[in-house]
Amino acid sequence: MIGVFFAYFALVSIAAGVLTVSLRHPVHCALSLLVLLMHVSGLFIILNAEFLWAVQVIVYVGAILVLYLFVLMLMNLKTDERYFHSSALYILGPAVLGAGYVLYLLLRSPFSGAKGDTPATAVLQDGDTYAVGIKMFSDHLLQFEIVGIFLLGAIIGAIVLAKTPKQLDAERERL
Amino acid sequence: MIPLAAYTAVSAVLFMTGLLGVLVRRNFIIVLMSVEIMMNAANINLVAFSHYLESMAGQLVALFIIAIAAGEAAVGLAIIIVVFRGKISTNVDEMNLLKW
Repeated sequence: MIGVFFAYFALVSIAAGVLTVSLRHPVHCALSLLVLLMHVSGLFIILNAEFLWAVQVIVYVGAILVLYLFVLMLMNLKTDERYFHSSALYILGPAVLGAGYVLYLLLRSPFSGAKGDTPATAVLQDGDTYAVGIKMFSDHLLQFEIVGIFLLGAIIGAIVLAKTPKQLDAERERL
Repeated sequence: MIPLAAYTAVSAVLFMTGLLGVLVRRNFIIVLMSVEIMMNAANINLVAFSHYLESMAGQLVALFIIAIAAGEAAVGLAIIIVVFRGKISTNVDEMNLLKW
């Protein structure tokens, strides 16, 4: 049963990713990116990561994708005829070959390693949010603060970049 | 039970799709969306390894990646708006403001 769900989420997310890259109209690309993000969040549910599922839906779909759509509709882009780069065909062949080789390597490797301290039973007992919170605010507190400062810098940078430039003449008159 | 290799395979295919999008598309906004696809592929990998190797660190890094994706989207879209205001174009070929 879980295999059916996995196959559905995996296949639809790959198809939506291909559509995001290959569709012509930018708004259609954004909508297929929405489908991709929702199905990736489904994969997180299969992996017992409910907190990341919620963050993916709220932050990615609710904030980032809406920002993309807002900018797309603000600029009212026309779809041009040549929407691929001129050297696209030279890239495609090596990319498909490289992806095939990487897939071959991945499907053969055993991926064994040292186990951590949080088995699936412990996650299921108290919930994923509890496990993530305990881990984040004990071992990874410094990284959490750094991400907070990074987001503050990103907000200030975005405001400064997108501000309308001041007219120089008006400033000279005021002085 | 789904093998871990299946998750890494999905993640590799998605990452390759995003990389192709970055290299091939000419619209700057679609290039940014392809970067988001690549970040999602990395997230799938991190969460899958976190589940199968029974460690919470992967999910935390995935959380930080989502936060950094939000910052990247905000700054990237601000840069697009600035460029679009001057040139009325979002093609990456026509952005040569820093060329000398």
